[in-house]
Amino acid sequence: MRFEWTVALRFLREGGLQTVLIIAGTTVGISVIVFISGFLGDLQRDLIRRTLGVQPSIIVRPAEEIARPLRDGRDAGALAQVQARAQRLRSVDQWQTLQVELERLPGIRAVSPVAAGPGLVTRGDVNKSITITGVVPERYVAVTRLNEKIVAGELRLNPGDVVIGTDLARDLGVALGDKIRLSTPTSPGDAYQVRGIYDLGQRNLNRAYAYVTLPTAQALLNLPGGVSSIELAVDDLFGAEAFAARLQARTPHEVESWMKANSQLRTALNNQTVMTLLVRFFLALVVAIGVASVLIVSVVQKTKEIGILRAMGAGRGRILQVFLMQGALIGASGAVLGSACGYLLTAIMSNVLRADDGTPLFTATFSPTLYLYTVLGATVLGLVAAVMPARRAANLDPAQAIRL
Amino acid sequence: MNPAIIDLRDIHKTYNAGTPVALEVLHGIDIAVREGEFACLIGPSGSGKSTLLNLIGLLEWPTSGSYHLHGHPIEQANDDERTRARLETLGFVFQFHHLLPAFSALENVMIPGLMRYGAYTGEQRRNATELLTAVGLGDAMHKRPTELSGGMQQRVAIARALALAPPLVLADEPTGNLDTHTADGVFELMRRFNETKGTAFLVVTHDPRLAARCDRVVELRDGSIVSDAPQTGLTPL
Repeated sequence: MRFEWTVALRFLREGGLQTVLIIAGTTVGISVIVFISGFLGDLQRDLIRRTLGVQPSIIVRPAEEIARPLRDGRDAGALAQVQARAQRLRSVDQWQTLQVELERLPGIRAVSPVAAGPGLVTRGDVNKSITITGVVPERYVAVTRLNEKIVAGELRLNPGDVVIGTDLARDLGVALGDKIRLSTPTSPGDAYQVRGIYDLGQRNLNRAYAYVTLPTAQALLNLPGGVSSIELAVDDLFGAEAFAARLQARTPHEVESWMKANSQLRTALNNQTVMTLLVRFFLALVVAIGVASVLIVSVVQKTKEIGILRAMGAGRGRILQVFLMQGALIGASGAVLGSACGYLLTAIMSNVLRADDGTPLFTATFSPTLYLYTVLGATVLGLVAAVMPARRAANLDPAQAIRL
Repeated sequence: MNPAIIDLRDIHKTYNAGTPVALEVLHGIDIAVREGEFACLIGPSGSGKSTLLNLIGLLEWPTSGSYHLHGHPIEQANDDERTRARLETLGFVFQFHHLLPAFSALENVMIPGLMRYGAYTGEQRRNATELLTAVGLGDAMHKRPTELSGGMQQRVAIARALALAPPLVLADEPTGNLDTHTADGVFELMRRFNETKGTAFLVVTHDPRLAARCDRVVELRDGSIVSDAPQTGLTPL
């Protein structure tokens, strides 16, 4: 191998500007691929976070109640119409046990029991319908990061405390420390003090939820000791659907991922992924064609040298390797430089691109696996691109090559 | 008589065989080169000298005939076997030097060793240095071929051909594009290696002056050997 490496490196070095240009071209191509890949992942993650607001990755609810027509067996006739049942608010069966089991599952980052149901918030003459959401704050925060959305006060819930959204606070004309009344069809309710105000970035979401302690919600919603759902955060956001399907197979409850609940967002993200995949594919193709054409030219330029090496006793296999190595070297060096440039580009763009509220549109994350795969992939790409030129070089007739 | 390094019998070579433009360039050549010989191959342009040298050098296949290398038939050998035989048995010197421009003179001489042993060993380096010193390039070892004159390049090529101490060196018009004085020097060098190391040489040349200084002259005309005789030592007038 030493001979092949030596010759491959010298040939590249001798290529001078030709080598510099093709490595530069590869670098540009790879850096854009790296940028798009990193940017896409970061952007989608942040986009999902923004859009989903307080939606969890996966939600576990009691299975829907369905109407089962009673048949006596003798009468085989079909029922023309079966009325669907109204879905009442029920608790997840044995939720404490389920919660412990879910916590033990690998791939789940956080588990939060939630008791949520319809209610009414009243202040003076104003009534607003809201979802009364009972949570254990430290658990809920681990799933939804609501704490990051608090704009006034804090997310500390004691019995008698409530946390509402900015728009609801404006509608009701309340500020921190003010009292509002929460009631439900089953409970006349009580007065609660506004402890914190959140802003999820969407008006309807900011009007939707009133957070209280879990026992408070259980009392208001007539769910003694029960929870209406268990919310989960998983490690792999995009694997949520598959995870939910596996979970569904193991529980009698209904399991739903954010991807199912927001199919439009998911479709949009999928399209975005496919588009960028295409762009990346064609970039890689352009890089490969560039490497191949430069090496083809190099084979022509070095015909005499290849002939002399063959005459001196270098076999076809060795000549083949010399050119394959050149392709791999171009790919690898382009990938290392391209990764660095791509990361730089990502870092710059994350500072330049801003959302409406002035926060960065996405935060750049450094993913070692992305760069590892990039370098490996580009090396293989260079190698594959070099196959045709290398074969051409290996098949040169030495007698003819020398005569030139 | 020394044993033969190469022994070719009834060699025919036809280009484009089996087509209407088939051209037979060698018609039944018999030639053997023995250990320690210094032979010349002369003949006018187009007589088939280069083709014969390429056949002997295992760069081309004969159309028919037998070829024994060190007593082993090689005319049917595949590309790998021929490549190995070239590496182990033959040294080449070409008319246009054909040094690798990306490597220094010393590295050029060390390439055969690198090819064979897969590494630059200390011994290879010593050997290459010795050879380059012997061809009078002790001071120019680290220069690139482009920094050397034609005669110097050809001397590097001779040192390279001798790097692995092959029993036979094939030289295709090694002095073809050198001036008389330089050509004499290069030729002298080959003769010296022949005498000191016992390396056999088969030199294709156009130059009757040089041919006269060979031990044996083989004359090729129109694809056939018309004379093959040892020199008596007297330079013809």
